[in-house]
Amino acid sequence: MVNESKIWEHLEDVYDPEVPVLSIVDLGIVRAVEVVKDHVSITITPTYTGCPAMQTIEKDIEIKLKEEAISSYEIHTSIAPAWTTDWMSEMGKKKLKDYGIAPPQDEVDKSVLFSDPLIVPCPKCDSSDTKLVSQFGSTACKAHYQCKKCREPFDYFKCLR
Amino acid sequence: MKEKQTLYKYLLRMGDDSLILGQRLSELCGHGPILEEDIALTNISLDLIGQATLLLEYAGELAPEKKTNDELAYLRIEKEYVNALLVEQPNGHFGDTIMRQFLFDAYRKPLLEKLLDSSDKRLAGIAEKALKETKYHLRHSSEWVIRLGDGTEESHNKIQNSLESLLRYAHELFFENEVDELLIAQGIVPSAKSIFPIWEKTLHAVFEEATLSLPKNNWKFQGGREGRHSEHMGYLLAEMQYMQRTYPNMEW
Repeated sequence: MVNESKIWEHLEDVYDPEVPVLSIVDLGIVRAVEVVKDHVSITITPTYTGCPAMQTIEKDIEIKLKEEAISSYEIHTSIAPAWTTDWMSEMGKKKLKDYGIAPPQDEVDKSVLFSDPLIVPCPKCDSSDTKLVSQFGSTACKAHYQCKKCREPFDYFKCLR
Repeated sequence: MKEKQTLYKYLLRMGDDSLILGQRLSELCGHGPILEEDIALTNISLDLIGQATLLLEYAGELAPEKKTNDELAYLRIEKEYVNALLVEQPNGHFGDTIMRQFLFDAYRKPLLEKLLDSSDKRLAGIAEKALKETKYHLRHSSEWVIRLGDGTEESHNKIQNSLESLLRYAHELFFENEVDELLIAQGIVPSAKSIFPIWEKTLHAVFEEATLSLPKNNWKFQGGREGRHSEHMGYLLAEMQYMQRTYPNMEW
């Protein structure tokens, strides 16, 4: 018997292809799960408009559902309300840090220009003496930082609000 | 019916601005001046193409004859594109690329902010999504304008020249015609006039910090919004459309 909480559990096993320690549930990109008479309907939302991982994620969900012998399903993509890093779970943030990616900081984004530099602690040594190398990192959702204490370069998962 | 057609035309403008600027930036993949900028500029390109996907998808649904976003992006002829002349200008040197980006971002951000209140919920949703990305773009381009303008004598002169040659194309971003009139009346889009002072304010603040001065002449070129493009557009489209024209309906 398929029910919604079971589906949420299955989706915990589907990982983001770009940040493979995070499940799509940790990331907050699964917006809704509905089950009506064994028919499963799942709504996902992209992190960034041009996110190239969306198609892979959709396929990965299909593979997981088939593994669980669920054959009647549909997957929708919705863009509103727009994804925000606030939807990332606390568990997700911890997993990110353990993986070596600094999780999003509580960033007040009012002043786009000339804002005070944001302090992003190093995920390796926790030093707050770090510097921004580039606003854009290996993927659209990350920025590139370097720790001045342990010299380690690291990715920062940008706050998006 | 009339409203649908009008919104279609407006969405094409926004979608084409995003698409063509995204295509220009994508040319820098593997050619950025430093690794970090190579990645930054192509990330911005990806955001813009993502935004174009949403805008042209919506436009295609409202088109006189339904079209997919791919058909709109890759199978129109030059005079059917209505992007502003600014975004099709070549990448030039890094200062040119950054100045073109800054003049555009400074316009796009307040436009998207105002579209959040659009009476068209779907457009408001696209704006909400795009705005989050565009804030980062504006921050990035502003910081580089300042760094280059207030940098060495050489970087200052180069980006001052970029400003002189690109500003004349930027005024077209505030082009308005009967399309705008109808949509403004319905509360679907803001008037370009209401965005202009915000754009100007951003320019003044950044140029002051960057020690750059606005050109004394007041030249204004336009034509892109009405499908009359500069010579550069044909070459850009030839490259962008090559795959779809050669292998019709191909998919990755």
